[in-house]
Amino acid sequence: MKALRNFFEKTKPHVQKGAKYHWLHSTHDAFFTLAFVQKHTSKSGTHVHDYIDLKRTMGIVVLALVPALLMGMYNIGYQHFGALGQLETAAFFDLFLFGLWKVLPVIIVSYGVGLGIEFIFAQFRGHEVNEGFLVSGMLIPLIMPINTPLWMIGIATAFAVIFGKEVFGGTGMNIWNPALVARAFVFFAYPAQMSGDSVWISASGVEKMADGFTGATPMAEAVLGNTDLNVWNAFIGLIPGSIGETSTLAILIGAAILIITGIGNWKIMLSTVLGGLFMGILLNIFAVNAYMAMPFWEHLIIGGFAFGAVFMATDPVTAAQTDRGKWIYGFLIGVLAILIRVVNPAYPEGMMLAILLMNTFAPLIDHYVVQGNIKRRLKRVQQSA
Amino acid sequence: MSKHFKLKRGFDIRLKGAAEAVLEDAPAPKSVALKPTDFSGLTPKLSVKAEAQVKAGDALFFDKYNPEILFTSPVSGTVQAVNRGERRKILEIVVEPDGKNEHREFTKADPSKLSREEVRDQLLKSGLWPFLKQRPYGIIAKPSVVPNNIVISAFDSAPLAADFDFLFSKEKSALQSGIDAVKKLTDGKVYLGLSPKQSAGVFASLKNVETNTFEGPHPAGNVGIQISKICPIGKSTTIWTLSPQALVFIGRLFETGKLDLSKTIALTGSEVKAPKYYKTIHGALLTDLLKGKTKNEVNQRIISGNVLTGTKVDTDGYLGYFDQQITIIPEGDEYEFMGWAAPGIDKFSASKAFFSKLLPKKEYVLNANLHGGERAFVLSGQYEKFLPMDILPVHLLKSILVNDIDKMEQLGIYELVEEDLALCEYACTSKIKVQEILREGINSMIKELG
Repeated sequence: MKALRNFFEKTKPHVQKGAKYHWLHSTHDAFFTLAFVQKHTSKSGTHVHDYIDLKRTMGIVVLALVPALLMGMYNIGYQHFGALGQLETAAFFDLFLFGLWKVLPVIIVSYGVGLGIEFIFAQFRGHEVNEGFLVSGMLIPLIMPINTPLWMIGIATAFAVIFGKEVFGGTGMNIWNPALVARAFVFFAYPAQMSGDSVWISASGVEKMADGFTGATPMAEAVLGNTDLNVWNAFIGLIPGSIGETSTLAILIGAAILIITGIGNWKIMLSTVLGGLFMGILLNIFAVNAYMAMPFWEHLIIGGFAFGAVFMATDPVTAAQTDRGKWIYGFLIGVLAILIRVVNPAYPEGMMLAILLMNTFAPLIDHYVVQGNIKRRLKRVQQSA
Repeated sequence: MSKHFKLKRGFDIRLKGAAEAVLEDAPAPKSVALKPTDFSGLTPKLSVKAEAQVKAGDALFFDKYNPEILFTSPVSGTVQAVNRGERRKILEIVVEPDGKNEHREFTKADPSKLSREEVRDQLLKSGLWPFLKQRPYGIIAKPSVVPNNIVISAFDSAPLAADFDFLFSKEKSALQSGIDAVKKLTDGKVYLGLSPKQSAGVFASLKNVETNTFEGPHPAGNVGIQISKICPIGKSTTIWTLSPQALVFIGRLFETGKLDLSKTIALTGSEVKAPKYYKTIHGALLTDLLKGKTKNEVNQRIISGNVLTGTKVDTDGYLGYFDQQITIIPEGDEYEFMGWAAPGIDKFSASKAFFSKLLPKKEYVLNANLHGGERAFVLSGQYEKFLPMDILPVHLLKSILVNDIDKMEQLGIYELVEEDLALCEYACTSKIKVQEILREGINSMIKELG
């Protein structure tokens, strides 16, 4: 460790302003601070600071994403061999390794492009590289269909980081969740490639699908009126869908990590689920077609609902900032997601749009909560005077 | 009509090194000093020059914009030096005691029989006036104003704080005289905030005050928090606050006619060999007091005050004007490999993201390391947990950053001073300098509204 530290300390003067390798400053700083918590001590204000920092916060979120990632890899193999009709003969590791082989390039492209842009922006702004993209870079692969071409992921990531985040001033200033901006970008920019049933299954080289295998997601099926869901498979995550969103079980493990560590906001998760259930019940009551009549709770385990509720709606920067605002914000996400899903079959995945929409309205919700606070405080002073 | 307030929000930082209830005499300091920097917004103007002879109670300097507010020497002796910093800013006025204990004479009288003007003039002339702080803003009280109420907190809930019942157990009559004196300054009430533990102590027996109890973690002992519960501050309210120590000084002044600024402080912190209480004097030089009492000579941080709001001093520094404790912690200026990713069983945190959460009773050594880089506001809902008031701290801080005076006013800047948000700064994931930002906001309020 000492050798590594010496390396960083020795190279540090060479990346300072005016030195030859100044253009590497943000990169040097990013890796140095990642490897070593710096020796900076408090210069003003409080003399002690909590051990928590943004690196640990984001690190925990990434950790919470790991179960969904692993399950997603396994599921890709499962779907692939399922499409081939070879599930009986393929071993567990065949499935997992196939998924790993398919997902790894996506993750590398996402982190490579995203972090590269972040480093450049940090360099120009003279800031430290912000840790926000550690999470976004993992979220982006997890919400993409497996057959998304790598170049598309690269462009979407670049778009998300630049126009979803950096133009607003970087992490902490953005209005929309950058990962969802990336997802929306591919969804609207490449509709031909991003819809249909083939995008969900990694079946390149498969000439003939096994009998009865369509590759359609449960939601696509439901839109067609086929609501006969294998609940257990949907819960475990053995259904077609984006890489990380299929396994409700893995997402629940992630949710537990976020809630126990206090990193993810349980109020938003709970209110989103409540909103979804509420809308589901409402649709059940007024059901005029099969999709509307689908048992309301099944919405929680298909598509991106669970993933969105746990990992995307809770993004602290783009969610409502006030406590009361968070309840309203989450509830409306749940309501809108199910509404868009069921009522507008052109957009089978309502979660993405619902969260982006509520990201947009979060400041408005906060505004009214803050006004309420101001009024309450004014009244209190008047009463005591 | 005593009320009990139970505060849920807040946090106790479990530091190692609380002072044992043992009192010792500290060696007589070789010098004492007043530091104008202990007062926010003060422009000092000297009334003595170096080498001048002064008695205890003689003015050393005064407030340029309120010349009647004097700052007087705690001891008799010679003005040794006026230490200045950048742009000749006055940092310390140092007096070397001559051991003669000569005092300037003030009126000796029962303050309850004096008029408001007499009490006020005595406090101004004796140099005890600066102990009175005005809310909003936390600046020295304006002598021309009559405050709505006066509020005193009888306990300090900050990390490793001195136990006031122990400090003042023998000062009952001085405390009472002090209360009788400040009672003259307001048409309203004098409120005294107690902790539940103080129900039988010296403070509970005081008269002429309205007592309330405040139960809960820090900042329950902050006078600002107590004010927000009993008499919230608005645009046109003025509350004055002072510490129990100031009450004692004021009481002694009226009882003896002399300025007697001897006081007891707690020497605390993980780097102190045997944390306990020491009897010393206001503004004392710390060198002799600390000699041989610390575990290390280097890599330590000496703080006059507590770890949240105190001032960093050197071994040849002086005790701060309002400080009742010295805290010594490790400096922590070293690298830590992958520190952010460690499980953290040994890392105390207000968050739940470290395994230290599993040891809810353990006391920890904390150093002065920042443990991370400064970032923009990323998380939400973090600060509210540490402020038992109906205030949205992040929204307030953001309004300060964009200098929006109306918003600052609406979001509660009148009710806060730095110490009330210190815990937010401690716990902040983004390492934002909360107290500094708040003071900037208060300064722009003063500039804008006078």
